[in-house]
Amino acid sequence: MSEMKKIKNLKEFSTSADRFEGANLLCPGCAHSIIVREVLNATNDDLILSASTGCLEVCTAVYPYTSWDASWIHIGFENGSTAVAGAEAMHKALKRKGRLKQPDKEPKFVSFAGDGASYDIGFQWISGCMERGHNMMHVVLDNEVYANTGGQRSSATPIGASATTSPAGRVSYGEKKNKKDMVAIMAAHGIPYSAQVAPNKWKDMVKKIQHGLEVEGPVFINAMSPCTTEWKFDPKDTMMISDLATDSLVFPLYEIIDGHKLNITYRPKNVIPVEEYLAAQGRFKHLFKDEYKHLIKEWQERVDKNWEMLQRREEAGV
Amino acid sequence: MADNTMGWDEFEIGAMLRSFDGPIKDIALTPQEERNYSPNNSFTASVADWRIEKPIFNKDYCIDCQFCWIYCPDVSIVSRDKKMLGVDYDHCKGCAICVEVCPTNPKSLLMFPEQEDEEAAIASWPEKEEKEK
Repeated sequence: MSEMKKIKNLKEFSTSADRFEGANLLCPGCAHSIIVREVLNATNDDLILSASTGCLEVCTAVYPYTSWDASWIHIGFENGSTAVAGAEAMHKALKRKGRLKQPDKEPKFVSFAGDGASYDIGFQWISGCMERGHNMMHVVLDNEVYANTGGQRSSATPIGASATTSPAGRVSYGEKKNKKDMVAIMAAHGIPYSAQVAPNKWKDMVKKIQHGLEVEGPVFINAMSPCTTEWKFDPKDTMMISDLATDSLVFPLYEIIDGHKLNITYRPKNVIPVEEYLAAQGRFKHLFKDEYKHLIKEWQERVDKNWEMLQRREEAGV
Repeated sequence: MADNTMGWDEFEIGAMLRSFDGPIKDIALTPQEERNYSPNNSFTASVADWRIEKPIFNKDYCIDCQFCWIYCPDVSIVSRDKKMLGVDYDHCKGCAICVEVCPTNPKSLLMFPEQEDEEAAIASWPEKEEKEK
């Protein structure tokens, strides 16, 4: 086994040599590449990567360019996870037969996908990978919308958000259905590790990624990725929006070990009202009209309830 | 009538791009300037024309906290040996996240119009802001 990379502080982390290149075509201020960099830099091991169709894939592999300095594959919208699972199974089989060219190397298998490719279209495939117990990690870049195709709602879109297929207007306040709790669904497969991460909490993220790469078995990571185009905020505010999301507990950071034991990994010192998070984004602009103001209260209640539930689960320790 | 149909094995099977030329070893331990990039690597391309404003780095105020390095979406902050060296203007898209996350007072990175001269910008750098009590 290769040794885990030691990352004590940001200065030490900054000596990493990036394996993800610039001049990709992601929007200025896109959080996708921040998350990808934090994931790839968390390890020095060889990587076998995939990306399902989505912003990340179409922007980092525009023929004749690639932005990846590691083995990377894209096949379809739904099967990025199974492509990596297949490579992992092959690696295992060749190792058993003693036919690996570099038997001392232990590559890590990571698949990236957006929320559309994970929550909706690739759901069955990911569920299969988790159930079969492949030694891989699936990272969701959760921007809560199909950003690549122009902002259609996905099952990760939260209540009240205006998307092109659930637009807010005179008769509607936008998306009407609640966001799917994907981390809980994946944890219910009994996988050794599933966690929620955010790009602004880089240390928490690196710790979780390193743990995830270290454990034997499938790992599911849900990473919040603020989308400057579809959430409608200024590109420079990406980290500010991430801070608002984690500090208002709209996006709590926690991990679930072996499918049942829940740990909260970040408790904000000052919890800020959800209203501030909503007010910072154009997709929730209409909620501040008089007729939809009750939704903000409902948002707060929902977030409080969820936080209460997480805390109780953590206390129970089962 | 000529048969124009293609069999399953006659289609293009997809594209494979190589990130590097020649044999490679331990990319994770090789800094960018020592890598042998192939022309297919997007490192050899540039998105400089996306910018209307560029960040300018003033090393006098920098404390090497590396917040700009970790939060740069475009791998455009050049940090070596725990020191911040400057901005890679070939790959910077001008999103200004680095300026936003810079904790120093005054900031060691500020946005200026694309045509601004670097020396003139540093000469006109704002003074330290006094905090209101």
